Amino acid sequence: MTPSILLLVAVGVLFAAGVTLLLERTLTRVLLGVILLGNGANLVILLAARPGGPPIIGAAEVADMTDPLPQAMILTAIVITLGMTAFLLALAYRSWRLTGEDEVQDDIEDHRIMELAERAEASDAADVDAEDDGGDESDDDGMTEGEEA
Amino acid sequence: MTWLVPLPVVMPLLGAAVTLLMFRRPRVQRAVSIAVMTSTLAVAAALLALSSAGPLVVAVGGWPVPLGIVLVADRLAALMLVVSSGVTLCVLLYSIGQRAADGDEAAPLAVYYPAYLILTAGVTNAFLAGDLFNLYVGFEILLAASYVLITLGGTETRVRAGTTYVVVSLLSSVIFLIGIGLVYAATGSLNMAQLVARLDAVPDGVRLLLQSMLLLAFGIKAAVFPLSAWLPDSYPTAPAPVTAVFAGLLTKVGVYAIIRVETLLFPGGRMADVLMVAALATLVVGILGAIAQSGIKRMLSFILVSHIGYLLFGIGLSSRAGIAAAVFYTVHHIVILTTLFLVAGLIERQGSTAMERLGGLARTAPVLGLLFFLPAFNLAGIPPFSGFIGKLGLMSAGVNEGSPLAYVVIAGALLTSLLTLYAVGRVWNLAFWRAPACAFPEGQSRPSSRLMLAATTALVVAGVALTLVAGPLYDFSDATAAELLARAPYVHAVLSGGAQ
Repeated sequence: MTPSILLLVAVGVLFAAGVTLLLERTLTRVLLGVILLGNGANLVILLAARPGGPPIIGAAEVADMTDPLPQAMILTAIVITLGMTAFLLALAYRSWRLTGEDEVQDDIEDHRIMELAERAEASDAADVDAEDDGGDESDDDGMTEGEEA
Repeated sequence: MTWLVPLPVVMPLLGAAVTLLMFRRPRVQRAVSIAVMTSTLAVAAALLALSSAGPLVVAVGGWPVPLGIVLVADRLAALMLVVSSGVTLCVLLYSIGQRAADGDEAAPLAVYYPAYLILTAGVTNAFLAGDLFNLYVGFEILLAASYVLITLGGTETRVRAGTTYVVVSLLSSVIFLIGIGLVYAATGSLNMAQLVARLDAVPDGVRLLLQSMLLLAFGIKAAVFPLSAWLPDSYPTAPAPVTAVFAGLLTKVGVYAIIRVETLLFPGGRMADVLMVAALATLVVGILGAIAQSGIKRMLSFILVSHIGYLLFGIGLSSRAGIAAAVFYTVHHIVILTTLFLVAGLIERQGSTAMERLGGLARTAPVLGLLFFLPAFNLAGIPPFSGFIGKLGLMSAGVNEGSPLAYVVIAGALLTSLLTLYAVGRVWNLAFWRAPACAFPEGQSRPSSRLMLAATTALVVAGVALTLVAGPLYDFSDATAAELLARAPYVHAVLSGGAQ
């Protein structure tokens, strides 16, 4: 089986563009990236099949038929991608309704985790005085809970 | 008795359809959901009993075996089915109780029960799948349902957390799909039993590529360390029952897929060292993240990630003892983590899950104290609980292996065990043991209904019972590992399965 160079290049382009878009912060671009990647994956599956005549008895000799199984799989994958795309679109719309933008705001989440960690450190330090050896306590603005322990 | 095999997939799907049609009648929805989950559990138990005689195989639609879809219930699949359906039933009861307690009768979220049942169908389908593409479909079914559940209600925090989860899951699905395409291109088959023979003919380099593609996809789903950052970010914001069932099942479906692929398709442990290093990193990084947290749910999410490392360690050893311990530990992990997330949900109803705000729960809510204490110290691996037995099994399997890397991972595993004890001990000290920290404003704490407590108690009892049945269960895990490593029973049962 010799794979078509044209399709291979198309797969490469789709993957490259898809990954680039997936790394964006805007949800609609992420969505486009997912769609491109999904189509790239479908092409990979298509490439796995031997090209040939239609897999219908009577329309072609059995030896010349293309392998119909990858096409069935691609159909399934397309349906799944369609559903996911619809859901992501709804999610992006919801996000836009709630915040006025559809950027993925992982910064706030990260910041919150760091803050939580700092606060936990502070409360630990207050719990066990003996272990109090590290952690810069210069920015312990959320340290009110340390006093109870 | 092979007609039983498709039922764990078919029943929840039909149940989902019925509950979706009955969206105006929450009472019917509840009754149907409970009936479906109870019968799924019963069927799973029957399959478990039958699977000892050899894998049960069903060719769906009567297509001859290598062509059509096969469902296979061998020991591993049946064991996972029993544990997962038991856990989902308890969480379902808990969520029904929560709904009753919160008076959501007036405005029921009609989509909850259908999504929950579809999630169950996806999980069971993934466990029973006999070919890679059906495994992919199982993953997609459960993921699609989980997207709905994790963004339930569509509040701002849930949408944000859900976005991370959805995008990462989509990426792992695409990687899995590409892996499937490549496997098909290399071998011309996706039936796992047929792949066993065909992969032997594939050149080594190509086989390594296929293996790493699949492991990468499953690694994201199982939250293995470098690929685990999404989990603690997205799980804690979802409703308590949703987080509980996600924590119990979704990552373990990934682990199940890793076990299946590593033992059946790519035996010989070529990626064993990679898995061991990933196990070590997952264990240590996860638990270090956990002790830094001050929210109980978030801490549990990190512990969840960390303890996936134990499972990987067992798989990485790729010996019979290692796989057996990993299977046993998976059962323990599913039950205990689900229980703890449910208990965290109960604690949340006292006002908060932030440890610095909680206090004196041992006095104000002694039952809650007991419900937390037992699974938490089970998790930390205190003898005689099942966590101890599982860890002991893993360690002794590691010592049997005897390689320097195995000893390093054992050291990391011991450290993780100690730090887990520290982490849950801290929760115990801060939330339960010390004097009340501050009074919560009126209306912030909500009473828990009796059903919620009953469901949680049932899981706690199940967790303790794992110790009582540890002997038979460990024997079963051992037989499972033997069956997995032998490969021939599975292959023979599947390839001759369509003939009957």
